[in-house]
Amino acid sequence: MLLRHTTNKVADRHALTVNPAKTCQPIGAMYAALGVHSCLPHSHGSQGCCAYHRSTLTRHYKEPVMAGTSSFTEGASVFGGQANLVQAIDNIFTIYNPEVIAVHTTCLSETIGDDIAQIAAKARESGKIPEGRYVFHASTPSYVGSHVTGFAGMTRAMVDYFAEKCGKKRRQINIIPGYVEPSDMEEIKRIAKLMDIPAVVFPDTSNVLNGPQTGKYEMFPKGGVTIDQLKTTGDSMGTLGLGKLASGPAAHALDTKCKVPCQVLDLPIGIKATDRFVDALRSMAGVNVPDDINIERGRLLDVITDMHQYFFGKKVALIGDPDQLISLTEFLVSIDMWPIHIVTGTPGKKFEKRIRELTSEIPGPVNVKAGGDMFLWHQWIKNDPVDLMIGNTYVKYISRDEDIPLVRFGFPILDRAGHSYFPTVGYRGGIRLLEKILDVLLDRQDRDAPEESFELVM
Amino acid sequence: MSTIHILKERERQIYQKGNQPFDMVCEKVSVAGSVSQRACVFCGSRVVLYPISDALHLVHGPIGCAAYTWDIRGALSSGPELHRLSFSTDLTETDVIYGGETKLYQALTQLIDIHHPKAAFVYSTCIVGLIGDDVTSVCKKVEKEKGIPVFPVHSEGFKGTKKDGYKAACDALFKLIGKGAIDDISPCSINILGEFNIGGEAWIIRDYYERMGIQVVSIMTGDGRVEEIGKSHGAKLNVVQCSGSMTHLAKAMQEKYNIPFIRVSYFGIEDMAQALYDVASHFKEKPEIMEKTRELVRKEVSDIYPMLQKYKADLKGKKAAIYVGGAFKAFSLIKALKHLGMTTVLAGSQTGDKDDYEVLRQMCDDGAVIVDDANPLELSKYLIEKDADLLIGGVKERPIGYKLGVGFCDHNHERKTPLAGFVGMLNFAKEVHATVTSPVWQFTPRRDNSG
Repeated sequence: MLLRHTTNKVADRHALTVNPAKTCQPIGAMYAALGVHSCLPHSHGSQGCCAYHRSTLTRHYKEPVMAGTSSFTEGASVFGGQANLVQAIDNIFTIYNPEVIAVHTTCLSETIGDDIAQIAAKARESGKIPEGRYVFHASTPSYVGSHVTGFAGMTRAMVDYFAEKCGKKRRQINIIPGYVEPSDMEEIKRIAKLMDIPAVVFPDTSNVLNGPQTGKYEMFPKGGVTIDQLKTTGDSMGTLGLGKLASGPAAHALDTKCKVPCQVLDLPIGIKATDRFVDALRSMAGVNVPDDINIERGRLLDVITDMHQYFFGKKVALIGDPDQLISLTEFLVSIDMWPIHIVTGTPGKKFEKRIRELTSEIPGPVNVKAGGDMFLWHQWIKNDPVDLMIGNTYVKYISRDEDIPLVRFGFPILDRAGHSYFPTVGYRGGIRLLEKILDVLLDRQDRDAPEESFELVM
Repeated sequence: MSTIHILKERERQIYQKGNQPFDMVCEKVSVAGSVSQRACVFCGSRVVLYPISDALHLVHGPIGCAAYTWDIRGALSSGPELHRLSFSTDLTETDVIYGGETKLYQALTQLIDIHHPKAAFVYSTCIVGLIGDDVTSVCKKVEKEKGIPVFPVHSEGFKGTKKDGYKAACDALFKLIGKGAIDDISPCSINILGEFNIGGEAWIIRDYYERMGIQVVSIMTGDGRVEEIGKSHGAKLNVVQCSGSMTHLAKAMQEKYNIPFIRVSYFGIEDMAQALYDVASHFKEKPEIMEKTRELVRKEVSDIYPMLQKYKADLKGKKAAIYVGGAFKAFSLIKALKHLGMTTVLAGSQTGDKDDYEVLRQMCDDGAVIVDDANPLELSKYLIEKDADLLIGGVKERPIGYKLGVGFCDHNHERKTPLAGFVGMLNFAKEVHATVTSPVWQFTPRRDNSG
């Protein structure tokens, strides 16, 4: 057993993380930046950071992931990275020719104290940034927060740098989709379109990280929010930020900067959260919910009622990112499943409180931890076993050792395909999630059933 | 994709074989702003030491460095699997301000108490180099308290290239060598250096040498054990593959323990056979070893030859592009591809030196492109220009090949089947054949003849 080293006894471990349930800020910033059209993310740090982020994103999305690096050397670490960054900006616009460069920092450049805004201004002054091109940045030291806060920071930077208020309201809504899959961003756009609401969705990695096979290598694929679109966000009717942690900062920044009223909602995963999303869209844009959406909702409800006997009382362990886990917990509780072990690697006090509220009706104890790791989660599972685990690919070790079914959900998924193409948000996404859950639960029931009760119709 | 710019600074890192003089520039740090496929010092150290499966590997730094290197290499172990877990001091802002030494000490002692490893490696990351934690003295303190060797690995990401990371790893290994007893070691004995047991390759190689009557004292570091490495100074010869990573160690062992070394490669028929013959001729006082070697090579080659011929019939005239970490591997691959009737139209590496590129130049046909530290645009440009049917590379190259409609073979740490040894050559042929002749390319635009 690979995880034979996991012991039952839970001990205090504040100096040590074993089998992390998070990673560092810069990769989230890189992912967010890829959701801007014709943008080259740029890692201001050592070469390794950039290589690791690109490899991890490539493994998850099965797509080429482009990003530049300042290639820090010992000299840069002593004298500061300004020369490297200015040279990088010059080289990037000369050779790769993006419309925009999104610089994120690393533990190295943050600790040295490089001032990116000032360096970018200098590059602009000395003509290294061509007319009509942009450089923007987010500060993402690796020793603060997690990949989710890095995503949130870069998304907020899009507002800080580009949102403008020209005074004339536009009939459009800003939707900040959160740290979700390209397929989810696409689904959110589809829902807005069905409701006849013009929407600026940012960041938007659809058609960047789930692009078609074209026989061509395009460094900057078709997808992504454009800078022109980002500029208009200051004149929108309102902003919906999905996921407090990933989208809250950008939504509030837009409110502060351009007085665009905002609502920060949970990620629309599951029936209740999607209801709230659709309702917020409806009231913000002053439209009616079209039949097509009601039908989708009805179908999700139909699956839930048809299959509810398989959900009842099933204990579930969840691990992943805070915004996802909150909605997922609510969804599972609403269909009578019992999420009892819930861990996110991202630190934050509000998370635990919210999960406690959502799970208050569940009989028996519920374990929840923000800033935890997989080792702790595994220990909880050992002490109080579950019927189902939901988490990223790394959970497969625990799944195998404990012989508990696993639904892959979250980041990263390194060993399966589909997450880039099929959403888990919205009503249709809800059906997909349930399908995945039912598949593993019923497969397990079939596997373990004695012959006489191995039934054709379950 | 008609024209792409090649950065002026990079012009001399790309060479097209023809009449112009050969003056390849390499071994330089990547140009800032280039989308390089290279990694950092930490990465180099981590990959070299990672397969030592009964040691504790603690990454001292923010969470990312540990998260990205958690079980991403298929370096198989026949026993302990402690190396496949991820341990991090997960440094946060306060640690960066006040220092991470206490945290490191606590983490180390706690882990040693729980897991009872045979040794511990502590990897320094960028931030540790900046805040100035005295990792060495923490390691010394813990070593004394816990009674196991605890080695600092000075792998701060910015302190050079991946090669410097290899060197830092070799330095740590070198400190471990000499700690074990060597009385039971045969006069015909070797260490296998630079073999990381991806897909079980070290087991195949070890088996060959043992069948020749050679004792394999240690493998560094595939399926590695602290105890074996500790007595590796008893071996009579070091056999170095992946020269970029391990030559430094081999040289150090030669100096201190007087152990000679040879450079080998286990990829492809000729190089594999050569690797065995070279070892056999080192032990010429025992002619039966050479006899057994001849017998072994004859048997292994005749086992795979008929199948190889079948693959060759389909692959003849197909064109391959190679972009790998070390240039030495590229040499073997070019030879192996020749065996399959294929020509190499692009050969590149992340870390090759001038001599390496000269060898590459000699091996390739006219028109072939030779490139150092390539970026994705350059790769895609030449893949299309040269109309390649196959790209051999690693994780970041794979989707580039696929987007263009070019077959792909992973010859990096994500390969799942062994590609080393004679049987590895057959696996390689099978994999290349499967991807190059796959019917899926009929749908891709560049091969679509339907309209």
